[in-house]
Amino acid sequence: MSEAADSRRGALPPGVSHSGELQKSLRDFEYLSDEGLSTAIFLALKLGRPLFLEGEAGVGKTEVAKVLSSMLQTPMIRLQCYEGIDVYQALYEWDYPRQLLHIRATEALGKDEDRDHLEKDLYGREFLVSRPLLQALEHHGDYPPVLLIDEVDRADDEFEAFLLEILSDYSVTIPELGTIHAERPPVVIITSNRTREVHDALKRRCLYFWIEHPDFDREVDIVRLRIPGTSEALARQVAGVVQEMRSMNLYKPPGVAETLDWTEALVALGAKELDEQLVEATLGSVVKYREDQQRVKAPGIEKMLSKVDAGGWGVSGV
Amino acid sequence: MAGESPASEMSYRVDRASVAFGRVLRRSGMRVGSDRTLEFVRALDEVGMERREGVYWAGRAIFCSRYEDLKIYDAAFRAFWDELERDKLPPQPKEPEEQPVLDSVMPPKEQVEADEEGEEAVRMKYSPVELLRSKDFSAYTHEEFDELNRLLADLRLSGALRRSRRLERSKRGRFDHRRTLRAALRSGGETMRHSFRSNRMQPRRVVLLCDISGSMSDYSRALMRFLHAGVIGEGKLEAFSIGTRLTRITRELTTKDPDRALNEAAEAVKDWSGGTRIGDAMKEFVDRWGQRGMARGSVIVILSDGWDRGDVEVLSEQMRRMSRLAHRIIWVNPLKAATGYEPIAGGMAAALPYVDVFLSGHNFDSLRELAEAIAEAAER
Repeated sequence: MSEAADSRRGALPPGVSHSGELQKSLRDFEYLSDEGLSTAIFLALKLGRPLFLEGEAGVGKTEVAKVLSSMLQTPMIRLQCYEGIDVYQALYEWDYPRQLLHIRATEALGKDEDRDHLEKDLYGREFLVSRPLLQALEHHGDYPPVLLIDEVDRADDEFEAFLLEILSDYSVTIPELGTIHAERPPVVIITSNRTREVHDALKRRCLYFWIEHPDFDREVDIVRLRIPGTSEALARQVAGVVQEMRSMNLYKPPGVAETLDWTEALVALGAKELDEQLVEATLGSVVKYREDQQRVKAPGIEKMLSKVDAGGWGVSGV
Repeated sequence: MAGESPASEMSYRVDRASVAFGRVLRRSGMRVGSDRTLEFVRALDEVGMERREGVYWAGRAIFCSRYEDLKIYDAAFRAFWDELERDKLPPQPKEPEEQPVLDSVMPPKEQVEADEEGEEAVRMKYSPVELLRSKDFSAYTHEEFDELNRLLADLRLSGALRRSRRLERSKRGRFDHRRTLRAALRSGGETMRHSFRSNRMQPRRVVLLCDISGSMSDYSRALMRFLHAGVIGEGKLEAFSIGTRLTRITRELTTKDPDRALNEAAEAVKDWSGGTRIGDAMKEFVDRWGQRGMARGSVIVILSDGWDRGDVEVLSEQMRRMSRLAHRIIWVNPLKAATGYEPIAGGMAAALPYVDVFLSGHNFDSLRELAEAIAEAAER
């Protein structure tokens, strides 16, 4: 890596010089990370590397990009990958209808003697439609934008190869316009659900982190931090039940996102404490498969609640 | 950072430690290049080497690139860090024997060479191919397995085509604004010809789940070779072993040389020739891989005799889930060829209602039939 490239790399928010401070700073923006994740984010920012995040659905992968964008006070640009996505949907596209209109208009005004000029006009910046990747490269500001490349495993190999190219030198050549270089490389967060293995070459560019479900204490903290109206007792019960559910061998164990949805529903119902009826009525916001719901109900919700209340979870916090 | 030690000594220490650790990881089977090691040096500069946690998390973010790496990394880190604690300076990178726990999965070089020569010798011997094609795998000799490799190399294994969502240029289909208008611009805004795009055809993903339990041992050796031939072929293919648990072996099987690939797979599979809990292994597959997308729209091939020591209910439930996700389920049971065999034993009977194609797979010819079924050339 050359010196020049090095100086472009990396950017930390003001007042953050080690990962502990970053962890605190993330907390200020309502994201509770553990030491591992904050070290990974810290290094990604400092070394100017994309951060590749994997983990079960709902553990807060996308959330990382969102919180970074508000922490760094910079826009988040999201590229949602899907099967069939190609360069034109990710990078740029010419606005053909407008170009055609422009030709017609020029003709109508009878200025067609200057062909060269017309062509230059047609491939000017105003006829170019920027898609997320180009937007991220072209961004001007004190701080580079956060580029979220979401669910990269849904795109195909070719698209991955193309991404690799962009992430290698953060520049793109548009034949009619020339090369566009990012002033400073964006902060890149890539997420994957592992429906297929993403190619090594792409991963090699990135730092990697596997996000786990939070443990009981952290989940209680997350609930209380994100949903202010929650009583301590309710937060502990909810977190306990969710932890219990994760050990139940469900098809889709609830993630933090579900925990928060559920708590929100409970708070909206004015709940101060969980009881069997409440759980039954709101189960759909945590457990979303019919088979899973049956599995949760089978041993008896009452029993599960008393187990949770007995402090089966989070004894350390009592 | 420590005040007394001069900066140069410190950075010397960081460099040495990084290189040594990179080697430990490589020997443990992780893919660690010098680029990663360099990045680790930079990272240690940032987090310092005083705290074990700092070094641990930094290394983990840099060296790991998939979930399976995490466990290897943890073991390697423990070995490495303990060494670092004992010694003020990290171990010399030249002495790789210092971590005997983390033996390489590769066979020693001499052995590989010997094997290669042996293979050469076998090739010289003529073996009547026609006979071999219909010979039951359980009666194969060692030499015949090598012959099988050559037969399998010619077998093309890829899923039937499906319409991809990616569009490509074609004679008919959806109107292609981009190309039509681009052409029009070239001719001064006059549309001379219309262009179209349509969905590209793409082979379906094929997922092979091979039973490697004791009852299958006569066949699993040959079937693993079949898996290997598939993985190194052109199609999109995923390979798993099922026994008492599920192991993904696609990566191990990507090594071109069959014997070496099988060795690596054997290394990864911890429950070789053990019992079978197909239902549980299948559940693990659907939970961890299938439902997330690997099984969706793909051709799933299960190579097993259907003996299940686990709960048959579990198997039938998982088959039901799988049949909702997959495009096609093919069950390959070597026992099917045996005279008088009826699929009435527990596991097999439970699974059969969800199986689209039921094949035997006991000899080469039947594997060829399987390849055709996967490509959907064969009629049901």
